[in-house]
Amino acid sequence: MGELFRRYGYGLSITMVGLTAFWLLMLVVIPNLVLFEFSFKPYLPVVDLGGPKDVYSLKNYETFLNSPIHITIFWKTVLYSSLVTLTCLVLSYPLAYFLSKVCRPANAPTIFLLLLIPLWVSEILRSFAWFIILAFQGPLNALLLGLHVIHDPIRWLSGFNGVIIGLIYSYVLFMLFPIYNAISSLDTNQVEAAQDLGSSMWRTHWRVVIPHSKPGIASGCVMVFMLCAGSVIVPSTLASTNSRWFTEIIQQWMFEGLDWNTGAAYAFLLLVLCILFVSIVMRVLNVRLVDIAK
Amino acid sequence: MSSKAFGNFVIRAYLVIFLLFMLLPLVVMGGAALNDSRMPSVYPWVGFTGQWFSDLWNDQVMWGAIRNTLIVAVCVVGISVPIGTAGAILLNSVKPNVRSFIYGFMVAPILTPGAVIGISTLLFWNNFHVSAGLHLSVLGQVSFIAAYVMLLVLARLQSFDPGLEEAALDLGANHGQVMRRILIPHLYPAIGAGALIAFFQSVENYNITLFTRGNSQTLTVYVGSKIRSGITPTINALALIFIVLTVIAAITYEILRRREQARQALIKIEDE
Repeated sequence: MGELFRRYGYGLSITMVGLTAFWLLMLVVIPNLVLFEFSFKPYLPVVDLGGPKDVYSLKNYETFLNSPIHITIFWKTVLYSSLVTLTCLVLSYPLAYFLSKVCRPANAPTIFLLLLIPLWVSEILRSFAWFIILAFQGPLNALLLGLHVIHDPIRWLSGFNGVIIGLIYSYVLFMLFPIYNAISSLDTNQVEAAQDLGSSMWRTHWRVVIPHSKPGIASGCVMVFMLCAGSVIVPSTLASTNSRWFTEIIQQWMFEGLDWNTGAAYAFLLLVLCILFVSIVMRVLNVRLVDIAK
Repeated sequence: MSSKAFGNFVIRAYLVIFLLFMLLPLVVMGGAALNDSRMPSVYPWVGFTGQWFSDLWNDQVMWGAIRNTLIVAVCVVGISVPIGTAGAILLNSVKPNVRSFIYGFMVAPILTPGAVIGISTLLFWNNFHVSAGLHLSVLGQVSFIAAYVMLLVLARLQSFDPGLEEAALDLGANHGQVMRRILIPHLYPAIGAGALIAFFQSVENYNITLFTRGNSQTLTVYVGSKIRSGITPTINALALIFIVLTVIAAITYEILRRREQARQALIKIEDE
């Protein structure tokens, strides 16, 4: 702090501290505390606010625990988000390695530019594209029928198929880019040394490349899982009545039930889930928060 | 074929398949904008039409939504760039243990689901009787977009030599001059990149906006409601316009990049 004042003087320093304090307190910390507090209060009409009924209780969380349907949807959201995260990792790792160590360095930027095109076209349009492709009488079924791969059209949009495909498509690049960055910082000599000393391809990856790319893997896994579990667009475009997502229940409380308190409790559960996932990934891969968010 | 050559072939084939997986959906979506069929699809192909573009042009609600989106995006850039820059400079001049503590709070919004940010913003301002609306969407979006700006500026600060500031102070510059003439110019590339990312993140934001917008429409929310209620290929027409603009930008960037590369190579040859 003294350092700051010495360099930039009191006026500028106070402005910078003020801006940062506004951000962290008014936009990040206190709103989340309010969310937490709100989730323990009952949903009341305006006249009863501050009255005898306005007391803290666990009622909103009990609503969740007493609803087997909501609990099932919660676990399915966790399960399918983890599945998508794992799939994205498996899809991205070889590609990240290829782009950073194998292909000609001059070509990598061009390939990245091609990959960035879907990312710039907004998320909602990306899942809409899959809505068209996966339609019962859509192009994918027509293609597969034409190639005689299947004999009857598949209902892609019932069950979780559509959601899983849409989530992978929407978020796989959030896995690819951090892993690519991590592998790029590995000295290629290390890979060659391992090979010269007789290490097999698998062993080189397991003992040299993967340990080095751990921060990238952690960052990718955390981002993809958070984006999946918190996704609103993809499930609302590509899910059906038998494949609901936890965020859809939150929306129901907020918009249809107009019960913001229970909505807050459910949102808080989602937040806890993401915090837990971040801590598990940090523990398992032994990385720090600084490595994850870069 | 040796096993290495075979492995090389497999990974290259995989790259091509991956690129097709990422790009073909955009072709399908864009193609459906030109198909004369009520339901947006490329199959069966009914015939070529420009009708969906004229429908889109006449869609007044959408133009209002685009205007709102741009207003929100400009406000988000205007707020998150100074906040993120100030946060990075501050972070760079505090003690290491304080630094990692504050850093945790700064990056937390990036790792928080948009729905949670949206709801907490809505509830927090509701306490002060500020009702939902685009102003809350701006504040909600700033909370995580400022973190992206902060990370970009912080990375740029690593290559800054604090000795320059010392020298300027010793030579009699005041604090404002040091900031304006020395530190900020060094940070320009990061601030520019931050502003660009902030703008596009804001335009494409859906989750936070959905919970904080009140009754106002932004483009993503409007498209979302269209997809849920009546789907018409006008969305595809909009998507095709987006795709074409993105591709033009990408090609321009690539041409500039290659030209710059060639120039650098030429300079190298001349030096030798």
